[in-house]
Amino acid sequence: MTVAMGSMKAGEPVFYVVDEHEHPEGSSTMLGFWIYLMSDCLIFAILFAVYGVLGAKYAAGPAPKDLFDLSLVAVNTSFLLLSSLTYGFAMLSMQQNRVGAMQAWLAITGLFGLAFLGIELTEFAHMIHEGATPQRSAFLSSFFTLVGTHGLHVTFGLIWLVTLMVQVKTYGLIEANRRRLVCLSMFWHFLDVIWIGVFTFVYLMGMLR
Amino acid sequence: MSSDAHAHAHDSADAHAGTRQGQLIGFGASVVLTAIPFLLVMHGTLDKQATALIIMAFAAVQVVVHMIFFLHMNTKAEGGWTMMALIFTIIMVVIALSGSLWVMHHLTTNMMPVHEMGQTP
Repeated sequence: MTVAMGSMKAGEPVFYVVDEHEHPEGSSTMLGFWIYLMSDCLIFAILFAVYGVLGAKYAAGPAPKDLFDLSLVAVNTSFLLLSSLTYGFAMLSMQQNRVGAMQAWLAITGLFGLAFLGIELTEFAHMIHEGATPQRSAFLSSFFTLVGTHGLHVTFGLIWLVTLMVQVKTYGLIEANRRRLVCLSMFWHFLDVIWIGVFTFVYLMGMLR
Repeated sequence: MSSDAHAHAHDSADAHAGTRQGQLIGFGASVVLTAIPFLLVMHGTLDKQATALIIMAFAAVQVVVHMIFFLHMNTKAEGGWTMMALIFTIIMVVIALSGSLWVMHHLTTNMMPVHEMGQTP
């Protein structure tokens, strides 16, 4: 700043320092990952918009009332919510450098995630068995796209979780692994936030129609 | 890696862990905010319009609870840039959602119904 001012007084062209100052490794990962999550949020926003537009176009096919089992959705929601809590506990264990406890909490998180996926796939299989396939109506196309995209995210989150558990087991709680675990924690909690939208707008509002 | 860099990475990791108490408060609030909408829809006696408004309000509150207690959002993290990114995203989401619903609603209501179109020669 002072250099620039001095140059201006002398009537000479103003040069700016173009060399970047040094960044510690991984210092920008959190912000970068957050921006990725925000872009993912836009994907889900568009899928919600599609469901909002097409969600009532049944093409004389089954409506939400004929298909959804709210008690199953409630169990599913509680599994995802519990997995968010157990991931939070894993992060606390990481903070205290208790690797064993952290791995245990991560494993429990993974089991909850797996249970969530299992119930969701059972629900999908049941719907498809009843003829409520994605091809049946615009409502079902948008339903499977929205809920399926969320389920796919959970699947990749689980793969990531297992990968990181192996990483921690092999290399220990090194700085890079801490950073990756924090990224996954943000990803996992973010998926829970998206699920709030799904169970409210798709399942609960669907039952009100 | 310098000790300074180590401390920095450690700080940001710790900032994302929060406290056990915070996690439990967030979880407790989420359970309540999830259970009430489910009970209202499954066993509620309110009319549909009121139920819909209430469950949407609960969802909005629960999203904020998750943001604060699980994602540890604040205005200071990363020099405020995470909050800026979030605000920008919220603006985009609101435009995309309300715009799509508004335009498509008008398109639907102004379209000639299909069965009438079939009768025109």
